[in-house]
Amino acid sequence: MTTTEPAPGGVPDNEIFVDGADWEDVVDAVVDDTITVNMGPQHPSTHGVLRLVLELDGETVLRVKPVVGYLHTGIEKNAEYRTWVQGTTFFTRMDYLAPLHNELAFCLGTERLLGIEVPERAQVIRVIMTEFNRIASHLVWLATGGMELGSTTMMTAGFREREHILDLFESQSGLRMNHAYIRPGGLAIDVTDDFTQRCEALLELLPKKIVEYEDLLLRNPIWNDRLRGIGIIDAERCYALGVTGPLLRAAGVPYDLRKAQPYSGIERFDFDVPTETAGDSFARFLVRIEEMRQSMRIIRQALDVLPGGPVMVEDREIAWPSQQALGPDGIGNDPEYIRHIMGESMESLINHFKLVTQGFTVPAGQVYEAIESPRGELGYAITSTGTNKPYRVHVREPSFVNLQAADEMSSGHMVSDVVVVVASLDPVMGGVDR
Amino acid sequence: MTDLVLEQAVTFAAQSASLLTFDSFLLSVAAKIAFALGLFFVVPLVGGYMEHKVMARMQHRRGPVEAGPFGSLQLVADGIKFIQKEDIIPRAADKWVFAAAPGVALVPGMLIFLVIPLGPGVFALDLELGLFYALAISSISVLGILMGGWASANKFSLIGGLRAGGQLIAYELPLILAAITVAVQAQTLSLVGIVEAQSTFMLPGTDINVWFVFPQIIGFGIFFIAAMAELSRPPFDMPIADSELVFGYMTEYTGIKFAMFLLTEYGGMIIMSALMVVLYLGGWQLLPGVPLPGCDGAGGLFDCGWLGTLAGVGITLGKIMALVFVMVWLRVAYPRLREDQLQRMAWIVLVPLALLNLAVVTVAKVVF
Repeated sequence: MTTTEPAPGGVPDNEIFVDGADWEDVVDAVVDDTITVNMGPQHPSTHGVLRLVLELDGETVLRVKPVVGYLHTGIEKNAEYRTWVQGTTFFTRMDYLAPLHNELAFCLGTERLLGIEVPERAQVIRVIMTEFNRIASHLVWLATGGMELGSTTMMTAGFREREHILDLFESQSGLRMNHAYIRPGGLAIDVTDDFTQRCEALLELLPKKIVEYEDLLLRNPIWNDRLRGIGIIDAERCYALGVTGPLLRAAGVPYDLRKAQPYSGIERFDFDVPTETAGDSFARFLVRIEEMRQSMRIIRQALDVLPGGPVMVEDREIAWPSQQALGPDGIGNDPEYIRHIMGESMESLINHFKLVTQGFTVPAGQVYEAIESPRGELGYAITSTGTNKPYRVHVREPSFVNLQAADEMSSGHMVSDVVVVVASLDPVMGGVDR
Repeated sequence: MTDLVLEQAVTFAAQSASLLTFDSFLLSVAAKIAFALGLFFVVPLVGGYMEHKVMARMQHRRGPVEAGPFGSLQLVADGIKFIQKEDIIPRAADKWVFAAAPGVALVPGMLIFLVIPLGPGVFALDLELGLFYALAISSISVLGILMGGWASANKFSLIGGLRAGGQLIAYELPLILAAITVAVQAQTLSLVGIVEAQSTFMLPGTDINVWFVFPQIIGFGIFFIAAMAELSRPPFDMPIADSELVFGYMTEYTGIKFAMFLLTEYGGMIIMSALMVVLYLGGWQLLPGVPLPGCDGAGGLFDCGWLGTLAGVGITLGKIMALVFVMVWLRVAYPRLREDQLQRMAWIVLVPLALLNLAVVTVAKVVF
């Protein structure tokens, strides 16, 4: 096998330029006797609609050009025309495998602008839910990554356990995905009475299942051969490209925003930041497996200290709508509350009406709030001009940033390895394109 | 000397007369073709159904349940669906080659079933060169795959076709070397003869009757791995590799042509399993040294009553399905290899091992 050294700095000498141009032009622009293959946007392994333009010499990959934008949703722009609470329902749809992390980051930013302190119960529940979300996201990564390498058993197993976590989310928020559960000021609704039981049942189940995955893959010779030494990226290049999350930790840097910039009181809990030194796909596999275990450690401690009290700030100007109930089709207004505002208190009705139609205003200012999403540093840069809508919300999406490393990680490997590299990057196109 | 050989050959031919031979030539031909076609279209469906169900159970699913009792007609339903689909030929494709490819891949499978013995007397032909014939014919399939890959005018198809070509060439060698070793041990290339040889093969120095899988466990392993690779079965499914090459050489195929490629794969599973049963697992014998009911007469293995014949067919099919089961099991347990890892395994591990196996068996044959 002839290997081509990745060009220094990841910049190839004659770049493939891909825009909206005709495909024939793209192919003709490549002068030498390599072939140019268009992988995606409709392709079984490109995580939704990622398009990779590969330049191949035989089966050896000379260059990978990721082309994004096929899932552009305009969420960032749309949010400028929605109230702050409505924003939550948008951002949860970006990285659809980590919806709660998106909600949390946005709400943390909003709350900092508002200068409010969220009740402790809400904070602990936020930690529990986001850590479960991290496990669910890693399970999907394991499942799809396994499938892309031909291990369909891993796929069914991963999605099976994820379904249990989604059941928990559904029981608490009414929705499996895109919950809009975390709201500025707290949570949309308090947890149900059997919440602790449900969590404990999951904590009982998941460790056993993770052992099963390890049995299936950890010492599987083919899994090892396919992952080891593939898609190496060292800490230096991670810094240069802004790569964060499991990729950075697999390169030996114990950087985790839960430790570096703790949020929602996560610093109270005792957990480790798993690292590996190899920086290859196998190291990332190990890091993610261990992260699931650490997340469970956090959840266990959080369940022990889960305090009572409200889950929403007391401020009636912000807490919208203050009373909710879990109905058969998701969350809605509590019948008691409806009776109260419709039949008993004119002032409550006015308050409700104003909150629903106009929302609350947020003092002018700018914040950048970042949390550790399953894919890395998820940052929300929010600008408010003191109105009831954000002036601008820009998201630093780890999927998007990490995807930059795709070329560097796959050049010189074979076509099959591109699949491994992209799988180990774990990009979510909803987050990449926004 | 010549007379003796001739006499033996005549005796052997008489012994191994096919039950499908009738007085009328036309009737015989019709019966034999019906036998091969029937095998080719029915047994792979059973194997495919088993794959659906076994794989589903191993992956915490239920598999097909709707079509027929316990979903047993799922593949038939799939076939009907494929026939109804629009037959698309890409504009840039080489039309004739594109259309011929599935046929070229499919027909060799049917032809091989002519020489595979299913039970005492239950086979269409007993060629003196049966093993040679089977291996030679099975190599033609790759031509169909290369044709499909090339004619599709699709880069994924092309890469898939070339991968298939490289893979089949690499694994043909250990496969044939392992098969030759059996032929050396049995001293015949006739598949029926190999089964017969196993019924009388004793462990050297003892009077314990064993099948060839015991002295040739390494050869069996090599044959099994090489057969999986020949069939592009996972974990050796790089020519198809849906996550890399969409569907490899089959990417542009639709409808009945696609179904023909699929049938080739399932048929191949059955053929390779049947060859392994014949070469290593004693064919239609239930246990080494235990004759079938009605088979202990003067005719030895071949002169059995209807009960013994039926039992023999059942045993062969059962062994074939057991091997298919193992193939499915491996598919469930392992991810896919990479192309270069596959080639390395063939040339660095399997070929030298197969040669060594051949040398050891040959020497042993001469010594004992």
